[in-house]
This record gives sequence, C-alpha cells and structure tokens, in this order.
Amino acid sequence: MTAPQEPDRSNVVWLGAPAFPEAARAALADSQLRANLKHATGTIRDKRLAVTAELDDWEQLREAGAALKRRTLRHLDHYLVQLEESVTRAGGVVHWAADAAEANAIVTGLVREAGAREVVKVKSMATQEIGLNEALAEAGIAAYETDLAELIVQLGKDRPSHILVPAIHRNRAQIRDIFQREMGRWGRPAPDGLTDDPRALAEAARLHLREKFLRATVAVSGANFAVAATGTVGVVESEGNGRMCLTLPQTLITVMGIEKVLPAWSDLEVFLQLLPRSSTGERMNPYTSTWTGTTPGDGPQNFHLVLLDNGRTATLADTVGRQALACIRCSACLNVCPVYERTGGHAYGSVYPGPIGAVLTPQLVGVEHAASLPFASTLCGACYDACPVKINIPEVLAHLRARVVEAERARHRLPTAEALAMTAAAGVLDSPRRLAAAQKAAALGSRLLARDGRIGALPGPLHGWTDSRDLPQPPAETFRAWWRRNREQP
Amino acid sequence: MRVALFLTCFNDTVFPETGRAVVRLLERLGHRVEFPQGQTCCGQMHFNSGYRPEAVPLVHRFAEVFAGYDAVVSPSASCTAMVRDHHRTLTGVQPPQVYELSEFLVDVLGVTDVGACYPHRVAYHPTCHSLRMLRVGDRPLRLLRAVRGIDLVDLADADTCCGFGGTFALKNADTSAAMLADTMQRVRQSGAEVLCAADNSCLMHIGGGLSRRRSGVRTVHLAEILAATEPAAAPAAATGGGRR
Ligand code: SF4
Repeated sequence: MTAPQEPDRSNVVWLGAPAFPEAARAALADSQLRANLKHATGTIRDKRLAVTAELDDWEQLREAGAALKRRTLRHLDHYLVQLEESVTRAGGVVHWAADAAEANAIVTGLVREAGAREVVKVKSMATQEIGLNEALAEAGIAAYETDLAELIVQLGKDRPSHILVPAIHRNRAQIRDIFQREMGRWGRPAPDGLTDDPRALAEAARLHLREKFLRATVAVSGANFAVAATGTVGVVESEGNGRMCLTLPQTLITVMGIEKVLPAWSDLEVFLQLLPRSSTGERMNPYTSTWTGTTPGDGPQNFHLVLLDNGRTATLADTVGRQALACIRCSACLNVCPVYERTGGHAYGSVYPGPIGAVLTPQLVGVEHAASLPFASTLCGACYDACPVKINIPEVLAHLRARVVEAERARHRLPTAEALAMTAAAGVLDSPRRLAAAQKAAALGSRLLARDGRIGALPGPLHGWTDSRDLPQPPAETFRAWWRRNREQP
Repeated sequence: MRVALFLTCFNDTVFPETGRAVVRLLERLGHRVEFPQGQTCCGQMHFNSGYRPEAVPLVHRFAEVFAGYDAVVSPSASCTAMVRDHHRTLTGVQPPQVYELSEFLVDVLGVTDVGACYPHRVAYHPTCHSLRMLRVGDRPLRLLRAVRGIDLVDLADADTCCGFGGTFALKNADTSAAMLADTMQRVRQSGAEVLCAADNSCLMHIGGGLSRRRSGVRTVHLAEILAATEPAAAPAAATGGGRR
C-alpha cells in the first residue's frame, strides 16, 4: 500500500532549516547583520509613518482594503472563474496548479514550447515559493532575476531576507564584492574598478541587465493583483526592470497565488494607495504596469496566467487563519516587528519571513512542518497596527499555537515536558488551595536559589531566563495571605 | 458600587506589594475593594502558549468568582486584555467588567490626581498590551503627571516591545535577551532612576536585566507610585531594583 502523495510545497520552507530559536541565535551573533537590519527597518518605518499620517482617511482605507479582501476570499471560487473567463476572452491562457510541482511543470513546458533556453524574471514571491528557478535550471533553462535586490541575492547564491528588500541584510561593500566576483559568470561582467558608491552599483546592474532584457524572448512575472471583471493583471515596482520584462519579450508567463484576485478595476483605487505607502513609504510607486491579455503588434504576443493553490485552499478552510490570505505583501509588518529587526528573515527558514511568514508559512505547509514559527513572536501587536489590510496577526499566531500543540498531542503518545508542566500548572491554578500550597513551596524553594533577594541561576529549561536576567525571589507572604491577616473579618 | 480586585496569580505570588498598593490607593480615595478568595488566574499563559483546553476551567472559575461585582479592577494590562478579548470566545460566557487600574481611576472614578507624592525621576514604559490591546492611551501618563514631586522623563521609542512575551522569554531566550539589551539601553539613556509600567511581568523582565547589569535603575509598578503619599513612604534604595 502506498501512502497518499504529499503535495509538493517543499520550497515554502527551506529544507533542513533549523527551528526558529536556533536559526535566530546565529543571526543574533552577527553584529553587522543586526546593524544593517536596524538601520534599514528604522528608516523605512519612519517613512511609512510620515506618509500614512498624511492621509486623513488612512484608517478608512485600511478598513476598505480589509473588507474587500474578506469579501473576495469568501467568494474566491466565483472570482477565479470570472478571472479565467476574462483572461481567456482577452487572448490569454489560464492554467491551474494545485501545488509547486504542477506549477513548475506548467511553466517549464511553456518555456520549452516557446523554444527558449533562458527567461528574464520580475521579482515574485510566488515563483520563489514554488522554487521555479531551481526547477527551470534542472530543465536546462536559465532564469535571470532583474530586480536589483533579487539580482544581488541570486548572484550571491543567497536567500532573500525580506519581502520587499530581499538583500536588506547586505551592505554596499558586500554588494560590490558579489558583483565583481559573480557578474561575469552570468553575463556582462562588472566594470573594472567598481566602487561601492550606490550609483556605480546601480549602473553596473543596469548594464548587466540590459543585455538580458534585449535578448530574452520569455519573461516570468508574479502579480500584485488581477482584476476578475476585466482579466487585467498588474505589477507594482520601483525600478522599471519589471516593465522591461513585461513589454519586450514575445511570451509572458505570470505565476500568481489565487488569493491575489480582486473583483473590480475600481478596487485598485484602494490598494494602490495602501500598498506603496505601507511598503516603501512612498505616496506612489514609480512604476505600475497593468496588462490585459494580448494586443496584436504590441507587447508580448502570448500571455499565460498560472493560478497557484499550493496550500491556499487549505488555508481558506481555517476561519481564523484565512485572514493571512488577505496579505498584499507590503512588508510593513516585517519593518515594525522587533523580532524580525533582531533576527532578519533567514531565521524564519521560509520564503515568507517576519510576522506574515509566521502565520502564512505554517498554514501553507501544515503547522507540523513549521511548528516553531507561531512562537517566534512576543504578541506585541505592532504588526497588526501596521498592516494595511488589518490582518490580526497576533490572533492568528495564538490560534496557530493551539494548532501546533494539538498536532503535538496527536503525534506523541507521551506528553512533552512542556505539556506536562502546562497541565500541572492548570491543575494548581484551578484551586486556590493548591495555588496557596504551590506559592508556599515556591517561596521556600526560591530561598535556596536566591542571594540578596534575587535569583541568578535557575536549573533546567528555565535557565533561558537567568542566562540574561535575574529573577526576584517570591516574598514569604503572598498577597492573599496578607489580605487574610489584615482585611478579612473573621 | 461593589468593586473587586483581581490581582493575578503572578502578582499575588511574586509582587504582592502591588496588590497592597492598589488597596491602599483605592481606600485612600474612599472606596472599599473586595478580594474574592476563590480567584486564581485568567488563563493567559495557557491561552498564549497554545494550551486552550487547559485555560477553559480557569475562565469559568474567573466568571464565577467575579459574578455579582459592578467592577473588577486589575493592576495588569495584559491579564485585563486576556479577559476582555478572549474569555468569551473560549467559553461563550460573558466575562465580568474588568478594568485595568488606570482605566478604572480615570474612566470609572473620574480622577487623575490621586493625591500621590513621589519625588523621583521616573520613565514610563507603555507595555504592548496596555498600548495595543487595551488602548489605555495616555491615561497612565495623566495620572503620573499629577503626582507631586515626580520628575517624568521621556523614554525613547517607548512603544517598542521590551522582549518579554511570556513563554517567548524562555522559548526564544536569545532573541528576548537581544530585545532586552536594547530596552535597557533606552532606559539608561532616559536618565530615569525608576522605570514604571502597568504590568509587573514586563517589569520583572526589564528589572531582571537591569539588576543583572547592576544598573541602579529600579522598576516599580504604576500602582505603587500612585499609592505613595510622602517622601518617607517612597521606596528605600534597593540593591538593584525590580522589587522593594
Ligand atoms: S501581513 Fe499585512 S503588513 Fe504584513 S506584508 Fe501582509 S499586508 Fe503587509
């Protein structure tokens, strides 16, 4: 008997990546990384606050965005069918992919059909999620990233650390070294004597990429949104490289998560205000490209839209967790998250880092495959306050923690040490008498550990506390004992 | 008005002086407060750690113990938020009306000047749950500003999480410690001798770090500052802070 085939979502989480606490430890030890992150997130946080404060209807815009996403997700099946009809009517071809393997097979097949051995790419989370570049490479097709930060990551054989600024963890000197070392192996080499001046770096990237834009016959993009009513697909970007990919090649293949659909063209009004202000802290992003099917003699003559599920319908089935599908990938939650700021994106071991990764990844791959992520948060709520579509990330985190604990219980016949401790604590707390007895024991026991009223070293799993903090010694008299002595009428 | 004190299991055990301060303060303002002995815990630790079934009996107990009171006051923003946001979803039972201390003073009793005197340099740290879940806003600061003799200093990036996060401090001890280090630096830069907040859990975390570094900065719960009446009643210099 063979086990049912597990869907292929392997690339959402990086194989072999350690759990968050271990991965974070490595990141925390890297002081350069921490400095880069602090600087970058601090800058963008201030910019976002300034531009969102400019709009007096910002809160209404957030509410509108959240409501639109809620409604669309509730009727997702309807809007997706409508999208397929509209795209087809406009001359495009729609493909449905249940998981990463299917999506990769579809795209690989389309590139082969077009007779191409290389493709240019617009920065896209969805294609990272399915591991498209690796799948294409296996089929002998080279995929060139054209977004500057994505190019740095690709040349550095690295992984993105941030949704919007994938190379946020690199500084200028590191980037210059990568360009000098790697560009020549992929195409036009870096100019001699390249400095780490941002303009020089940008110019080197421009020259390197131009060659690729002019040669490529196939482009692969993601999508920020797709309008069901018209079949229009859109990409929002800062550098213009995306627009080159979207207009020059003969064939355009867009891979899009099914949650990106919007009902009507007019809905863009809301999201084109929410997205740039929340992500780059700009009033408007420099380039917004939209395309509807194909137009004879203008732009790509073949357009394929791959609609990717890859765990999304399973996520939709969870009435609390599904709000994560409303995400517009602005990265505001990453930039305000104090945990992300210290650890960076790699610690999350997933294509989707930060608070949104902590709630989206476990749902896409199954909580048991990313069990440490819902716990990688203090539940401080900064992400919820920042999210332009009001995803209640702390609520989903707490919800997924419960699902992780449930899954643990189902898997182990014997409870874990933590579960035992939690059950014992619940038993104590369910009775004032037992609580009083435990309080007395704690006061007595702590006397053995304390010096000058402070506890400097705890045994067992609690050493995590005292490695960096003292613990106050519980006083001999609890409040309830004091109350009984002083306020109770006998 | 029948008012009950919900002290929280944690304050009861580790920071009983906060409870005594609430009693002292409310009695000074002319109100009687009761302490129902059946109370234990709001279930927050279990809920936030994913152990929901374990939290359910605690939530039921809470509703039973505090039924019949017009108001429940608690010197813990995070436990107040737990009751308000999650008790009903967990059990379907409508929880009693719980107020965090500063809400109770400002909104229910209508006072901002509680007649306190506390001649020390104090920085106020708005804890995440008071700030974002309860939205207490500037209520604690309004109360503190009316305290005689107090020298309130600004804390940079005050709305940044201190890194406590309940079991986060154990499960992700290294990240928590990194956040704590930055928090302590901001506290030191503020020049405060006393760091004040509306949650003893965050104060225990920050105070534990300050004590380990022998910084000399003490952590004191908001209730204790509001309960202080004259210089003599102010805390004597402790060995490193955290408690007095
Ligand atoms: S969860 Fe919200 S804040 Fe985070 S990336 Fe998505 S839309 Fe932006």
